Amino acid sequence: MRLLNRSAGRLTRGRRGPLAGLVVLLLGLLMTGGLYSAFAPSQQAAADQATADDELVAQGRELFLVGCAFCHGKNGEGIETSDGQQLGPVLVGVGAAAVDFQVGTGRMPLAAPGQQGPSKKQAYSDEEREALAAYVASLGPGPAIPSEQDWSLDGLTDEEQEEAVVRGGQIFLTNCTACHNFAGSGGAMPEGGYAPNVRETEEQYVYEALLTGPGQMPSFSDGNLSQTEKRDVIAYLNSVDESPDYGGLTLGSLGPVVDGAVTWVVGIGVLVGFAVWIAAHTTRTDRKKKGEVTT
Amino acid sequence: MTLEQERSSSRVPQVPIEDPGLGEHTWRPTDVAEAKERRAERQVAALFVVSMVCTVVFVVAYFAIDIGDNWTTFAGLGASTLVLGLSLAGALLCIGVGIIHWARKLMADKEIVEMRHPAASSDDDREATLKALDDGLQESGIARRPLIRNTLIGAVGLLGIPAVVGLRDLGPLPGDKLFSTIWEEGMLLARDVVGTPIRPSDMEIGDLINGQPIALFETDEEGEPLYEGEDLLVNKAKASIVVVRMDPSDNTPAPGRENWAVDGILCYSKICTHVGCPINLYARKTHHLLCPCHQSTFDLSDGARVVFGPAARPLPQLPLAVNEDGYLVAQSDFTEPVGPSFWERG
Amino acid sequence: MSTTETNGAGQSSVASQVASTNGAKASSAKKGSPVGKAANWADERLGLAGAAKKNLRKVFPDHWSFMLGEIALWSFVVLLITGVFLTLWYRPSMAEVTYTGAYEPMRGLHVSEAFASTVDLSFDVRGGLLMRQMHHWAAMLFIAAMLVHMMRVYFTGAYRKPRELNWVIGVLLLVMGTLEGFTGYSLPDDMLSGTGIRAADGFVKSIPVIGTYASFFLFDGEFPGSAVISRLYTVHVLLLPGLILGLIAAHMLLLVYHKHTQWPGPGRTEQNVVGYPMLPVYAAKAGGFFFIVFGVTALLGGLFTLNPIWAYGPYDPSKVTAGSQPDWYMGWPDGALRIFPGPPLEYSFFGVTLSLNVFIPIILLPTIAILILLALPFVEAWITKDKREHHLLERPRDAPGRTATMVALMTFYGLMWMAGGNDIIAITFDLSINQITYFLRVAVIVGPILAFIITRRWCISLQRKDKEDLLHGYETGIIMRSAQGGFSERHEPLPVGKAYAIAQRDPDRPVELERATDENGVPSPTTRSARLRHRLSAYLHGGGVDTPTRAELEKAHAHAAHEHELEGSGDDRALTARGENTPH
Repeated sequence: MRLLNRSAGRLTRGRRGPLAGLVVLLLGLLMTGGLYSAFAPSQQAAADQATADDELVAQGRELFLVGCAFCHGKNGEGIETSDGQQLGPVLVGVGAAAVDFQVGTGRMPLAAPGQQGPSKKQAYSDEEREALAAYVASLGPGPAIPSEQDWSLDGLTDEEQEEAVVRGGQIFLTNCTACHNFAGSGGAMPEGGYAPNVRETEEQYVYEALLTGPGQMPSFSDGNLSQTEKRDVIAYLNSVDESPDYGGLTLGSLGPVVDGAVTWVVGIGVLVGFAVWIAAHTTRTDRKKKGEVTT
Repeated sequence: MTLEQERSSSRVPQVPIEDPGLGEHTWRPTDVAEAKERRAERQVAALFVVSMVCTVVFVVAYFAIDIGDNWTTFAGLGASTLVLGLSLAGALLCIGVGIIHWARKLMADKEIVEMRHPAASSDDDREATLKALDDGLQESGIARRPLIRNTLIGAVGLLGIPAVVGLRDLGPLPGDKLFSTIWEEGMLLARDVVGTPIRPSDMEIGDLINGQPIALFETDEEGEPLYEGEDLLVNKAKASIVVVRMDPSDNTPAPGRENWAVDGILCYSKICTHVGCPINLYARKTHHLLCPCHQSTFDLSDGARVVFGPAARPLPQLPLAVNEDGYLVAQSDFTEPVGPSFWERG
Repeated sequence: MSTTETNGAGQSSVASQVASTNGAKASSAKKGSPVGKAANWADERLGLAGAAKKNLRKVFPDHWSFMLGEIALWSFVVLLITGVFLTLWYRPSMAEVTYTGAYEPMRGLHVSEAFASTVDLSFDVRGGLLMRQMHHWAAMLFIAAMLVHMMRVYFTGAYRKPRELNWVIGVLLLVMGTLEGFTGYSLPDDMLSGTGIRAADGFVKSIPVIGTYASFFLFDGEFPGSAVISRLYTVHVLLLPGLILGLIAAHMLLLVYHKHTQWPGPGRTEQNVVGYPMLPVYAAKAGGFFFIVFGVTALLGGLFTLNPIWAYGPYDPSKVTAGSQPDWYMGWPDGALRIFPGPPLEYSFFGVTLSLNVFIPIILLPTIAILILLALPFVEAWITKDKREHHLLERPRDAPGRTATMVALMTFYGLMWMAGGNDIIAITFDLSINQITYFLRVAVIVGPILAFIITRRWCISLQRKDKEDLLHGYETGIIMRSAQGGFSERHEPLPVGKAYAIAQRDPDRPVELERATDENGVPSPTTRSARLRHRLSAYLHGGGVDTPTRAELEKAHAHAAHEHELEGSGDDRALTARGENTPH
């Protein structure tokens, strides 16, 4: 029970600063609120909101033209290179969630069009990201940025929480481990691609990645994997993340290859070292034993 | 003397330098200085004492540290495994290092010489043995009575057959079991784990669903699952599927398979045609599906053609249709055996 | 008849031994020595004194590389100890149960009894996880140690007559150990081990004609069936350990009978063995090493997670993980599977399918590898026509052909091994698995050839250096300035012990070609094989450098002495090579 009494929906996971969770939480709430009102304005406040939204979208468009349009086209229509490759994919209909993920994890903007955008420090401020998301969302309907409610286990009984974790584990092992490995450590994909480490990814981005399928990753839209199922996967990841490494250091949880390396380098290495010591000649002295002629 | 003669004789090769012989034995500091000897003695004993301490730690830790559903942790690691392992290692290593230290510093260490003898027995022994063997065979008369000899050989030889035949019931014959799965016309596609049926509109372009035939999730009138235990695994091992949705214009269906897809939704066997690993590492832009075991790569937009790796055949495709309730169903079973190749496959 | 005579003699000698022992006891047993008393008690019943007197002080030479086999031996003992512990809780059954143990993210799942009991062993038995991990680490060390031990035996020529059969036993042990490892890997019935069995099913099915039958007999029906775990369990805890124990016993007995090989050196000859007596020194060192191997295993088991089956989850034929690999010792055939191209190697004809893309790398290749290993001592003896017993080891450089052969085999193994980890290499070093695979497809063929050539040349250069050292001494690093102002490096003769050790080697020369016809012009019947032998021998044993003869050595030493004189009062002009080259 201990595992599940802890909030499985906790935002910080050790590696980040103590305030980061709070900031993300606030941001998430702000943006959700903002976006919700942007796209589903209540009748009373529609007019006021519309002006604010228009401003945000306009600000986003400015940023987009400077930072994104080179690859994605001025209106997010995508740019095809002369050999038929996509320089930047079409952004119409990818939704705010995709922008939030790509910009928030630092994958966009890319340093150069290449194989796969690595996760890095966010290049924009949070407000700018919000504006970009609003602009791209205005290009066509797509998934909105999820909120903490989408993956939080709050309000469930202990038993329901436990069931969610178990089910999440099964969904994770069925849908995710093939690429991301049993512990979420990541894995190799064709042609130099890779599935990144999910253990280092915040819940919001895990959710958005499932929702939007960034890069080569297949998407798990709500029709494919419902919101509850996505929530369960995150609950499982959190539960694993919070449980100790029962058997000792995990060495990156990469599987038998690393174990083999440890066998040879540490195991055989140390034992051969001992063998050398056992068979080595001991210190000798010129002195003679008592009774023998001394010098 | 030729090389060959040299090698067939047991002559020792000529060494151009005189054998200086074993050097004079020299003493170790512990042999000549009593203080050093005492020190080494104390070191060895100290190691053994440390070993005892470690053993005590092991026993205390065994009872003091919790496992089960509430592990005691240490720096994020399971404390039980860590402390038990380290204390056991300490106890063992201290004994080992102590004994060897003792041998190296305090036991007599004068090298001694032992002479070898050839591996072969002496000629006398060999002759005597051959004679004994010969006498024994003579007395048995086995050479003089070929009838007995041959029937005995026949009788014992024949016993080999029951030894093989007795293993016949290790398993049933394959029959045509490998040629079919539980997919059949109208069988609903279901999401794996949760077991819910799928509507085409549930899937967006780029989605991947790991699926199963819905029968694996169904129960009979008494609420018992239709398939469980071995049955479930055997059928899962053949019937698992991946369902992907791509832009219909990306797909180039093979001749005769034009109506196997529904709005760009394609369904393939999840079992690799190489050695049978389940395979769902999907790159949605290139439509490549990669096997994590041996990296066979299949192009799902081109009939799951092998584009890389050790597999030789495309993944079998499951023809799809939509039933009257609007859910995805199979048009039929797979049209070829799924999974790794086998001899009778044809 | 002679048999009865021998028998009679045997009986009478036994009788006299008993009598004399009895007599000895009455007169000479040390009063109050418990060890002596116990020994007497035992000998009166077992008559061991005869064998023990020879073996208690048996001599073992001391060298670190002679202890590699011991690592394997002691890991096996650790395997037996930890393995017995595990069997007390493990249940080899594939029956479906509902998991209700301590690990929460799995509660309520339907799993096999084998898996549930292994998880319980890890989470509900104190020290169980440690024992599981120690058992697994010891298994990996066991096979690794056998391999390095085998390398040592090969590179030093220790498998030559009379030890060929012990080499064969060693190879069989390696095979058994690998099978033992594979069966053990399969027992927990977690996702990774199930994936391994699934692949094994694919391997078996690729065998022409009988493949599907073998598969159905192995699994008692269609994969995964419900029998394979209990069958593998019997093989793992009964059949293979029994065979391994028997082979280890034979290996040890032959070792004792042949006596250990030794490195050449002063006082060491083909006829003797120089070292420390079994009791006390060797018993202490070997016994101590057992505790060290056990301790290092405990250290690994306590520090590093190995096979976290709770994270893999129970086996399910629809689940898989990135980085699905076998344990390291199966890595090389798995690598071969990965780099063998598929489409050109599978054929369908006359209504049947021949799946060479699987059959060759995973069934044929390992079989061939084992046969090559088994044949090595016999092939070498055939090529060299060497019928002598060998107890002095050869340095790898003194047998360039042999050394190069093994380095080529190791290169092949290593590259295949790399292929087995290509996905992990790809993500660790930001490479593309496709490129790694294309590279390795070429490298596994070119690499061993290059390795062979380079190693052979390298060995021969080292031989040249040895000869140089023997003739002209070693380089001291001391720069001499002659009266004429020329600089030269001073060489000193090797210490006599070292020089003797280097010079004490077997000439490595090719065998001469037998005459193709005898005196009457009739072609010799063995010509063809003789010619093959000659050609192999010329390549494997040609090009080496002979040890200088006594006359050459004397001449060189006289020359060196002369030069020393010419250099005059040498020492006061000696400068260290470290750069003080201003004469003072």
